[in-house]
Amino acid sequence: MNRYILKSLAAVGLALAVGAPSSAQDAAPDPADWKAVKQAAEGQTVYWHAWGGSNAINDYIRWAGDRLAERHGVTVEHVKLKDTADAVSRVIAEKSAGKNQGGSVDLIWINGENFAAMKEKGLLFGPWAEDVPNWKYVDVEGKPAVTSDFTVPTDGLEAPWGMAQIIFYHDTAHLTDPPRSIPEILQWAKANPGRFAYPQPPDFVGSTFLKQAVIELAPNPDVLQQPVNETAYVTATEPLWQYLDELTPNLWRSGAAYPQSSTRLIQLMADGEIDLALSIELNAPSNAIANYELPDTVRSYVLDGGTIGNASFVAIPYNANAKAGAMVLANFLMSPEAQARKQDPAVWGSGTVLAMDKLDPKDRARFDAIELGVATLTPAELGEALPEPHPSWMVRLEQDWTARYGVGQ
Amino acid sequence: MGTVPVTTVRMAGRRPRRARFLPWAPLVTLVVMLGPVLAGILGTLAPAFGYMPALQGTGLSLGPLRALLEWPGLWRAVMLSLGVGLGATAISLAIVTLICAGWAGTRSFTMIERLLSPLLSVPHAAAAFGLAFLIAPSGWLSRGLSTWATGWTRPPDLLILQDPAGLSLIFGLVTKEVPFLLLMTLAALTQVRPASSLRVAQCLGYARITGWLKTVFPLVYRQIRLPVFAVLAFSMSVVDVAIILGPNTPPTLAVQVVRWMNDPDLALRFQAAAGAVLQLGLVLFGIGVWRLIEIAAGRLGKIWVSTGGRGWRGLDQVIRGAALILGATAALAVIAGLAGQVIWSFAGLWQFPDLLPDGFTWRNWHRYGTQLAGPAGETLIIAGAATGLALLLTLACLEAEHRHGLRPATRALWLLYLPLIVPQVAFLTGFQTLSIGAGLDGGRMAVIAAHLVFVLPYVFLSLADPWRAWDAKHDTTARALGAGPDRVLWMVRLPMLLRPVLIATAVGFAVSVGQYLPTLLVGAGRVPTLTTEAVALASGGDRRVTGVYALAQTAAALAPFALALVLPRLLWRNRKGLLHA
Repeated sequence: MNRYILKSLAAVGLALAVGAPSSAQDAAPDPADWKAVKQAAEGQTVYWHAWGGSNAINDYIRWAGDRLAERHGVTVEHVKLKDTADAVSRVIAEKSAGKNQGGSVDLIWINGENFAAMKEKGLLFGPWAEDVPNWKYVDVEGKPAVTSDFTVPTDGLEAPWGMAQIIFYHDTAHLTDPPRSIPEILQWAKANPGRFAYPQPPDFVGSTFLKQAVIELAPNPDVLQQPVNETAYVTATEPLWQYLDELTPNLWRSGAAYPQSSTRLIQLMADGEIDLALSIELNAPSNAIANYELPDTVRSYVLDGGTIGNASFVAIPYNANAKAGAMVLANFLMSPEAQARKQDPAVWGSGTVLAMDKLDPKDRARFDAIELGVATLTPAELGEALPEPHPSWMVRLEQDWTARYGVGQ
Repeated sequence: MGTVPVTTVRMAGRRPRRARFLPWAPLVTLVVMLGPVLAGILGTLAPAFGYMPALQGTGLSLGPLRALLEWPGLWRAVMLSLGVGLGATAISLAIVTLICAGWAGTRSFTMIERLLSPLLSVPHAAAAFGLAFLIAPSGWLSRGLSTWATGWTRPPDLLILQDPAGLSLIFGLVTKEVPFLLLMTLAALTQVRPASSLRVAQCLGYARITGWLKTVFPLVYRQIRLPVFAVLAFSMSVVDVAIILGPNTPPTLAVQVVRWMNDPDLALRFQAAAGAVLQLGLVLFGIGVWRLIEIAAGRLGKIWVSTGGRGWRGLDQVIRGAALILGATAALAVIAGLAGQVIWSFAGLWQFPDLLPDGFTWRNWHRYGTQLAGPAGETLIIAGAATGLALLLTLACLEAEHRHGLRPATRALWLLYLPLIVPQVAFLTGFQTLSIGAGLDGGRMAVIAAHLVFVLPYVFLSLADPWRAWDAKHDTTARALGAGPDRVLWMVRLPMLLRPVLIATAVGFAVSVGQYLPTLLVGAGRVPTLTTEAVALASGGDRRVTGVYALAQTAAALAPFALALVLPRLLWRNRKGLLHA
């Protein structure tokens, strides 16, 4: 035990002595030589840090792990996170401690702010994503979000594996004609106080609701694609604060308490506490119906002017221990087989990142065979997604929202 | 515990060889327990003052502190933490005191004793989930009254859970702290012999509660003071219960610190570290306030005792009844909450205002129950190892104290508090960074070491007082009959103190089972226990899954408590005197 303490003390010295650590890249596998990558991957264990709050997703990840073990001899361990930032913290902690190799995170499910932060701090391995074999199927032209993560260029540092878009849902037994735009939501909430809630920002869906509102209310929404600057911000958000000042007293609990996540909204609707909710998972309502969480009278829809959509990705930290295994896993996740299974509402129901016209007929048939759930929208009904604003907007919006509504007025 | 053996006191020249470890036990225990805490605090202090090379923080600055002070919710969050901590502690202590004063030694009290262990073993998060479903406007109570009594077909929009004043949070904490304090009080009562004091007081014409408060309470409080402080520090800095039941606009300081820690904006790590340091200061301040209340209560109590008032029997009866109702409410809330979890784990569709689900299904258990085995095994191994080590070190310390006269200075006793007082958020992230540097992270051993930090003080706290209060005359008698110190320990002292030892073991086990942050951070997420899995899944919000995991978690913590109560009764079937020795 004394040795343990000595080691800890040594670590203090180490942590203080490291200074600005070098992001030394050890002999990393080259994705262009895919055969070598597969060879290096065999026998590796990939610790995949991914949000663990959804049973459907956890089951899917287990399925992917089983396929990888069968075909490539790669073991996949799903490290179930409560928050993606936990994995980011971990990589930072490792960098602070000078652990520039053999890190504990091999693959992270990531996008938006987390990606922007890791990219900026040089915490990611790559570029690799655009050199793996299945990249050729990705719909780069039709889905700009796959190479522009919240406007931040991915630069091959992360591989897309799913599309998400904001949807609203309601129980038709209680609400037949839901509001179809941000201003209509306010009118409806005034007539039905306490029956609508959005998750508390900085929850991702809550913040996305704010961004959706800014896009619809701002005089010139184009400025949202640029990094935020003070004058543009004030002009763009002034209508938002007016809107929220009117909406908040008519929210669930009059805005004195907020649900902490979008999945909590499902429970609130089942409990009869709210009549209108939103999600970023297209299939969330259908899944909830299948799992007895919601009655089968629930339906989803998107707002008339369209809703925000984005892609989510997997990235490899700069100090990952099993980079080759992680690339093989990421490549599998982009395969038509894995993507089609992912889109199946009976499994998960998340949107694909692939272009149908790049697939051969056999693979396309996999997608055609998928039956959507009663509460899941077809791609045509979803329409084209609105682009995410630059991440810096989200940061400012979250800060100001917290100051105005998040700390008790 | 706590003093370095500068000169070892030799026992009359017959010191057995084997015991050579004993004189070092206090030091080893301190190092094992406090090393990680102190190292972790250093690892937190550095970024609080702007030093964190991985994030380009290489100089010292007051920037993080300034950013913290500029956060608009700070004042409210701080006041909330303080109010919740003091409120929950005061209410819990009052309920426990009045129950003991009114009912100790009666048949009802024996029943309360039996209820204690299952209640105590319910992990905090599980209890909080149960409670949330019970008291929500769309919860079980409301469903029970709808629609026949209230006419509600839709739940009312009432601010019951997550209320900005933290009342639901206080309620949730009280339901869990009352059993804990009661158990500690029971252990203390076995040493104080309250029956004789009470009999004397009653002979002199004192009403029951008045007599108990005047004669027994001062003796008992001295022994349960450490647990009371632990309760206070815990209530002020708890994270999981506060997330479930507490307010969010703003949340308590500890919750906010964890949020900053989890924010994608890495610059907030500095602010989080500053907040963690503030949380530490806040807990110390809270204890200071409590100490002042203690002194004031002590002065008033002395005056009250010396006036010689005998108490009014009618009022006495009312207080007695009220204490029982309050205690029963706390207990029933947890039990009903747990029952709710059982039903949810079998539930199909279950909407408001239905009292029961539309249908029952095995599906939830099929789907999630099969995934329980791995985490359950891991939980038991970690809890078993951490508790075993903690018990060994504690017994060695106490025995060293007894044999070698290594009595700790009163001030040294405070060291024991450190892991309980220092909020987890304040040192775990620092500790995480350090353990990675030492190559210790991510393994089961590291997690056991981290759990030991929290298990040790609880085991020590629950065992030290009964152990020290053991009548040394027994030792003298046994030694006079020719038994060596080892024989006295194994044949006389341990058997006589079997109950406190088992209770301490059970407490240690339950503490380990319930650990979330240490398991997650030190285990690098690679050591899945029932608790880490439950909290991760609970973020999905489906009460069915939460139910399955919460029940498994509860079962893991329940078993040792059942043993702690049953075992002495079985072993001492023929020596009832030992049960209350």
